[in-house]
Amino acid sequence: MLTKRLIACFDVKNGMVTKARQFQDNIDIERAEAIASKIYEEQIDEIIFYDIMASAEKREIDLEMVRAVARQVFVPFTVGGGIRNLDDMYRVLKSGAEKISIDSMAVRNPKLIEEAALAFGSQCVVLSMQVKKVEKTAKMPSGYEIMIDGARVATGIDALEWAKRGEGLGAGELCVNSIDRDGTHTGYDLEITGLISENVRIPVIASGGAGKPEHLLEVFTQTQASAGIISSLLYSPRLERNYAVKELKTYLASHGIPVRPWIE
Amino acid sequence: MIGVIDYKAGNAPSVVNALRRLNIACQLVSTPEQLRNFSGVILPGVGSAPATVESLAELGFIPELETLVLEKKLPFLGICVGMQILFEHSEERDTTCLGWLKGTVRRFPKELRVPQIGWNKVNFRANHCFNHGINKSEYFYFVNSYYAAPESEEIILGTTEYGLEFCAVIASENIHATQFHVEKSGIVGLKMLQNFAAIVGDKSC
Repeated sequence: MLTKRLIACFDVKNGMVTKARQFQDNIDIERAEAIASKIYEEQIDEIIFYDIMASAEKREIDLEMVRAVARQVFVPFTVGGGIRNLDDMYRVLKSGAEKISIDSMAVRNPKLIEEAALAFGSQCVVLSMQVKKVEKTAKMPSGYEIMIDGARVATGIDALEWAKRGEGLGAGELCVNSIDRDGTHTGYDLEITGLISENVRIPVIASGGAGKPEHLLEVFTQTQASAGIISSLLYSPRLERNYAVKELKTYLASHGIPVRPWIE
Repeated sequence: MIGVIDYKAGNAPSVVNALRRLNIACQLVSTPEQLRNFSGVILPGVGSAPATVESLAELGFIPELETLVLEKKLPFLGICVGMQILFEHSEERDTTCLGWLKGTVRRFPKELRVPQIGWNKVNFRANHCFNHGINKSEYFYFVNSYYAAPESEEIILGTTEYGLEFCAVIASENIHATQFHVEKSGIVGLKMLQNFAAIVGDKSC
């Protein structure tokens, strides 16, 4: 049986992993490759790194960082942040990443999703979407809006509509990140994660808000999410208690969630 | 020394990283002429079967690979799409493949969430040098929308369930292949790569 995935996701700034709350107040934690190596040894299922300054500084992703991480991890590795075109994607993939994550750039130029899927295959393309709860209106029927540029800019695009469009254009996975929950440790947004995962046929990754193991259980039992992003749970300096991957998996397995078992 | 074929759509760097972690001597190969220097070959794969076949043909790899693998019986490992293209035909954009193995490549049924992405269980049917030291069932990382359906059951070393039972591992003489990504399947995947290196080095298992 295909298992539910736990994905460690980190923001990287100048080669350092940093942790923010609702896209503000960053705290530096450790070098990207050191965290990657540690979390790989902990048997995480997958790793995502976002080069959070690449986009703002209008520069290419830190490929040295990508290479350094890729030498340490032998589970799938996704890279995002500042990817502008197919050339950028090609360089990131050739530096040892398996997948690329696109976000604001895909909203500005949806054809990028299609081109990437054709060039590298859908499995390489993770469409990451920043969603914010808004009032349900005729224009925003899901009650969630797509935000871009570090979640600062509203687009007027309905989240569910964008998810379906992304699937149609060839995205291989959707990462649904709740801006309202990001860094709050209050649990994933089950409403939008549920809505999107029920309405697309590609895997959906739940993101934003996991603060305790119960939040993972909730999202895997109450929505059709295929994976959950955890970062605070593993390393947040703001949480009272961090968890090892093994503990999280043992907990989920004991509640009947299929996970890749721990290997002694 | 193992040659890892580097072509446009492949993830050769990931395979090389994994082999280096295991201290297995390897080199990226970007032209067919170089292939002769190696005692084993890995064909990595990501993306689509048509793009892979096209890319290999464009770079002129196919005749050289056929001489080395089919005639000279050089140990060969195909990964993911690198396994699919070994069959005769793929439903992915109606593609004619290499035809080294009898059978076709089919799309998963429509009702399933596709691509299958994630860790799934492989049940090994037999003991072979390729799965030496690995449990009868073990989890590996898959990313696929299509699966191979070999004509001969005998070449199937392991199977996996995703809506249906499909072929996940092949061992047919010198040809080895996995639908999952050995290079991205953690410790267990690395163990299989190590086994392949032992086969290349003609070590008993």
